[in-house]
Amino acid sequence: MSGTYLGMPAFPKAAHEAVHDATLRGNLRHATHTIRAKRAKAVAEVSDWTELREAGKRIKDHTLRHLDRYLVQLEESVTAAGGTVHWAADADEANRIVADLVKATGESEVVKVKSMATQEIGLNEALLEEGIHAYETDLAELIVQLGKDRPSHILVPAIHRNRGEIRDIFEREMSEWGRPAPEGLTDTPAELAEAARLHLREKFLRAKVGISGANFMVAETGTLLVVESEGNGRMCLTLPETLISVVGIEKIVPTWQDLEVFLQTLPRSSTAERMNPYTTMWTGTTDGDGPSTFHLVLLDNGRTDTLADEVGRQALRCIRCSACLNVCPVYERAGGHAYGSVYPGPIGAILSPQLRGVTSEIDASLPYASSLCGACYEVCPVAIDIPEVLVHLRERVVAGGEVTSKGNKVVLKPAKGHAAERAAMRAARWAFGRPGALRTGQRLASRTRRLHPRSLPGPGRAWSGTRDLPAVPAEPFRDWWQRTRGGKDGAK
Amino acid sequence: MRVALFLTCVNDTLYPDTGRAVVKLLTRLGVEVDFPMAQTCCGQAHYNTGYRHEAEPLARHFSDVFGEYDAIVTPSGSCGAMVRELYPRMGERARAEGRGDTLAATLAPVVPKTYELTEFLVDVLEVTDVGAYYPHRVTYHPTCHGLRGLGLGDRPRRLLQAVRGLELAELPGAEECCGFGGTFALKNSDVSAAMGADKVRNAESTGAEVLCAADNSCLMHIGGTMARLRTGMRPVHIAEILASTEEEPAV
Ligand code: SF4
Repeated sequence: MSGTYLGMPAFPKAAHEAVHDATLRGNLRHATHTIRAKRAKAVAEVSDWTELREAGKRIKDHTLRHLDRYLVQLEESVTAAGGTVHWAADADEANRIVADLVKATGESEVVKVKSMATQEIGLNEALLEEGIHAYETDLAELIVQLGKDRPSHILVPAIHRNRGEIRDIFEREMSEWGRPAPEGLTDTPAELAEAARLHLREKFLRAKVGISGANFMVAETGTLLVVESEGNGRMCLTLPETLISVVGIEKIVPTWQDLEVFLQTLPRSSTAERMNPYTTMWTGTTDGDGPSTFHLVLLDNGRTDTLADEVGRQALRCIRCSACLNVCPVYERAGGHAYGSVYPGPIGAILSPQLRGVTSEIDASLPYASSLCGACYEVCPVAIDIPEVLVHLRERVVAGGEVTSKGNKVVLKPAKGHAAERAAMRAARWAFGRPGALRTGQRLASRTRRLHPRSLPGPGRAWSGTRDLPAVPAEPFRDWWQRTRGGKDGAK
Repeated sequence: MRVALFLTCVNDTLYPDTGRAVVKLLTRLGVEVDFPMAQTCCGQAHYNTGYRHEAEPLARHFSDVFGEYDAIVTPSGSCGAMVRELYPRMGERARAEGRGDTLAATLAPVVPKTYELTEFLVDVLEVTDVGAYYPHRVTYHPTCHGLRGLGLGDRPRRLLQAVRGLELAELPGAEECCGFGGTFALKNSDVSAAMGADKVRNAESTGAEVLCAADNSCLMHIGGTMARLRTGMRPVHIAEILASTEEEPAV
């Protein structure tokens, strides 16, 4: 994944600042709660939501099971429609392919429709090293790019910013990148949108190369699909002469018919709309209409390794709707940046450690960035059991074990820093395996209860720093039970 | 019907009053409960922290201790969800690891017989009015594992609504996690504390004197936060409310 996030501190540390940033927490709370309520309403309107969710899950599982077959079919249909397919094993390879393709056109500027895959591989930075400027055209991406910032949400990358902050960014930065912000810009949504429109229009009309991702690729016809709300994506997809699409290999569906399910579940889960305003589809190239050259870069970057894990592979069903972020109480407080990846929130917590491995500090901490409350699983339109995968990845962190890395089976050692915990878990299991030992411990605790502090030393201090501990009772239940025979004969 | 009380290690050690309340309540309803002394812990903390292999012997021990009963009742949504949801999954994982069906077969008998207290009252005993009296303004927090893991639905609310003297106040943001999450509270204490504080502020806004839930782990976290924020509210386990009567009121 993108080098820009490497060297991130572990999640708890990264979250610390966000938790204490009142503006950020206010912005996030407002945005996530609004969309949460709307989503619930949009979903409740559909009488067969449960069936749609199950169908989406099945289609994705089937596709993943036969991924090799469908990818070959896709390559054939894209080629037949006049496109060229490239295969990229990792970020470096994908970046090199795209840079070479752009250089071959002789251009040094490209316009981009919002794409998670290109963020994942750090494409903009890689292109810049080759002297190519990539301009983001999605409104929220534009805000992030102008603000020299990082995206913090899948769907609304600038969710951490409020209108006042956006106005300031536009006023300060637009002139550096192209058309300056209009004089006396206020923070009303209409004025901000108009400023962005004017700024971007200049880019659209000039650009010869467009770069996109895709929400879906249809194997049977070689059709790619982008859904969006602003129409800027459609400009990027239709105006340039050359279009380069970088897409994760898991974004494939076998047939057009399958889209029926996702075009219902995706908009309702993400923007709480019945249907997204713009759905752009393209199949190769067409004479006299749209780009005359089309390249599809199929990106692996850890995906086949993820597919090899039978519990974790369900993360590849994700259609990036962001519903799980919007309901996640941890995301709401920690903010998207704390996850150290372009995929924040619950899906990020299971996807990043799988795509990148659990060896870095941030990746080893992500599986713990959840209280396992289950809200993410409940809203996920493709029924990814995120808590299940989190626990599975925790096991990988504390116990190591066999994983697939770059196509090879390797045995991971347990991550550092869990020795004390492991010892405590073993000791607890030992005691719990022996009711007598447990009882001795309880009695000791009861007898010494006046000595017990209301706050904890060592690693427990973090907890008891903000919460009081309960007092140890005079008598554990089992002693009472034995003494009174369960309160029989009215004994107290 | 042979009914066993699975109290959970946390309740046994720290919240014996909840256990006494369950015994009192079930006895009042004509159920004779047994407390198998050999019981310890369901293994949830181990499992959820990533120590699945440490949790397995505890799950086997659970099955040994409780296997012979017709019903196993627990006043903990999260430990109930551990047995019902995660024991089958542990069996599946063992199978996937090539260890055969032994674990699955050992654990299978206890899975369908394990009930969270409010489920047992409403579904098995088929009562919603348990004859309780509790003259206080109460707000109810549906804990995550009870709500989404076990799907307790409105069972706890129906039980509370039938309690004489009790005034039930709706909790804003009720379905949001309180932030406990076992070792999450230790590993991500900043976020956990922020979630707890929001939960407590929401509870305070209801004007209730008592916040009630069906899980003492969450109540420990919420109660600890309430004390620190000096709200004057108290956390009370639902069993203690349902056990309370005019003759023997809970304090
Ligand atoms: S994991 Fe599910 S809810 Fe989250 S973004 Fe992906 S599809 Fe949406």
